[in-house]
Amino acid sequence: MKLTLRVWRQKNADAPGAMAAYEVDGVSPDMSFLEMLDTLNEDLIVQGEDPVAFDHDCREGICGACSLVINGDAHGPERTTACQLHMRSFRDGDTIDVEPWRAAAFPVVRDLVVDRTALDRIIQSGGYVTAPTGSAPDAHAVAVPKPDADHAFVHAECIGCGACVAACPNGSASLFTAAKVNHLNVLPQGAPERESRVLDMVAQMDAEGFGGCTLAGECATACPKGIPLQAITTMNKEWLRAARTSKR
Amino acid sequence: MSWTSCGWPPYGRRMALATRDRRPPTVRTLWDSSVGKKTVMAVTGLIMLGYLVAHMAGNLKIFFGADEFNGYAHWLRHLGAPVLHSHWALWIVRVGLVVSVVLHGVCAFQLSRRDIKARPVRYAHTKARTSYATRTMRWGGVILALFVVWHLLDLTTLTVNENAQAGHPYENVVATFSTWYGNVVYIVAMLALGLHIRHGFWSAAQTLGVGSAARARLLKGAANLLAAGLTIGFISVPVAVMTGVVN
Ligand code: HEM
Ligand code: FES
Repeated sequence: MKLTLRVWRQKNADAPGAMAAYEVDGVSPDMSFLEMLDTLNEDLIVQGEDPVAFDHDCREGICGACSLVINGDAHGPERTTACQLHMRSFRDGDTIDVEPWRAAAFPVVRDLVVDRTALDRIIQSGGYVTAPTGSAPDAHAVAVPKPDADHAFVHAECIGCGACVAACPNGSASLFTAAKVNHLNVLPQGAPERESRVLDMVAQMDAEGFGGCTLAGECATACPKGIPLQAITTMNKEWLRAARTSKR
Repeated sequence: MSWTSCGWPPYGRRMALATRDRRPPTVRTLWDSSVGKKTVMAVTGLIMLGYLVAHMAGNLKIFFGADEFNGYAHWLRHLGAPVLHSHWALWIVRVGLVVSVVLHGVCAFQLSRRDIKARPVRYAHTKARTSYATRTMRWGGVILALFVVWHLLDLTTLTVNENAQAGHPYENVVATFSTWYGNVVYIVAMLALGLHIRHGFWSAAQTLGVGSAARARLLKGAANLLAAGLTIGFISVPVAVMTGVVN
């Protein structure tokens, strides 16, 4: 396959950026999108140009590092991560636009790499459980009802990639935050911080400059792990409960 | 001894309490948070919605003639008598509505500004599909705010209503819908209202945390029913005047 790529190039956080066009030849339909970018970068290095910077790590869809907006869709046209997207989803001769995640809270570091530490700070503000250290507890010492365990697992799938933020017209991190609140608040292990978790995580989300939820639903459509939009409704419910009952 | 035998979760709860900061009062928490401001919008929106259902139903009395409609308008002024003095109930409702409109508008403005700031750079590759809801809620809301002002000047203070007479609501309604612009303003506003309620009612359920997969169909159905019912009910009055059913 032969493709034309239009890629966002930006030297550093302060430099202005622009879309630049490149031709890539010899692309196999079995390549992943990232392997296709590797091919482009090898060409660029041979020509003495700077390779395109992009984030990646596991390349198997579990780490959440890859972060490309492909033809206007976070992670591209399939419901998966960019590293698990294959070139067979495109046609020979296609022109493909590749852009970084766009949000005020995700400043561009270089080219397609953005700074997502705002998500880490939301986790630090309450996305944990207080567990005494020491030897590992017995696996079944704390009974968890099956439906609660299922609910926790669905939401624990979040890999923190930030596609929800990139897709949201308001640059909101509501789905990300809601995934962690749902995951931990339903479990007995998360009960001690049930109220402070949701209050602090939502406050941190606001402080980072993410937008609010208008229920446009783009986040849940983009999420490679299928976190449901309903997570946000449940987070709102937990938040209201905590705002009413939290100890002063 | 494993840690689980020292009593979970009270063990953890005590630890969490010892390190927890004082929290501000609930009202402060609500006003400082994007989720809290949405809650204010949902509650004030539902208050206005309740009022509109009653208002629309009342308007339909126009189909039973001038005496019945004017009598109803007169009765509204003495609502709650003899416990309440005349006009008191009316003023209580008016104050509640003004507070709701102002809170709803202020929160909408502040949340919208935050949303726009959070997404400063557009994608070069734009998709046509994005956020029908967000766009129509913002512009629809502005249209409704302007309409409320016009409506009060038209049928409450009678400032912009030519040929209007105080104390003759039936005749004033007919006067309003005897002008082309009266019909255009009211019909456009009521279509905007229908769209606003269609997304707003469902939205409010999510904001207040009562939405669920099991209730999704019920809530969407109720939203459509309310939106269609209010829009058709309100618009039936100008249509009736235009076609001469009411004159
Ligand atoms: C003063 C004029 C109005 C303005 C400027 C306005 C604006 C808005 C905006 C921008 C939203 C979306 C907010 C967001 O998601 O960030 C909204 C939601 C809503 N509006 Fe209005 N609106 C107005 C009048 C009304 C009226 C008359 C009603 C009564 C039916 C109403 C009911 C609602 C409801 C129920 C919501 C959903 C709240 C939520 O999402 O929880 N609004 N409004
Ligand atoms: S590189 Fe790890 S999820 Fe894509």
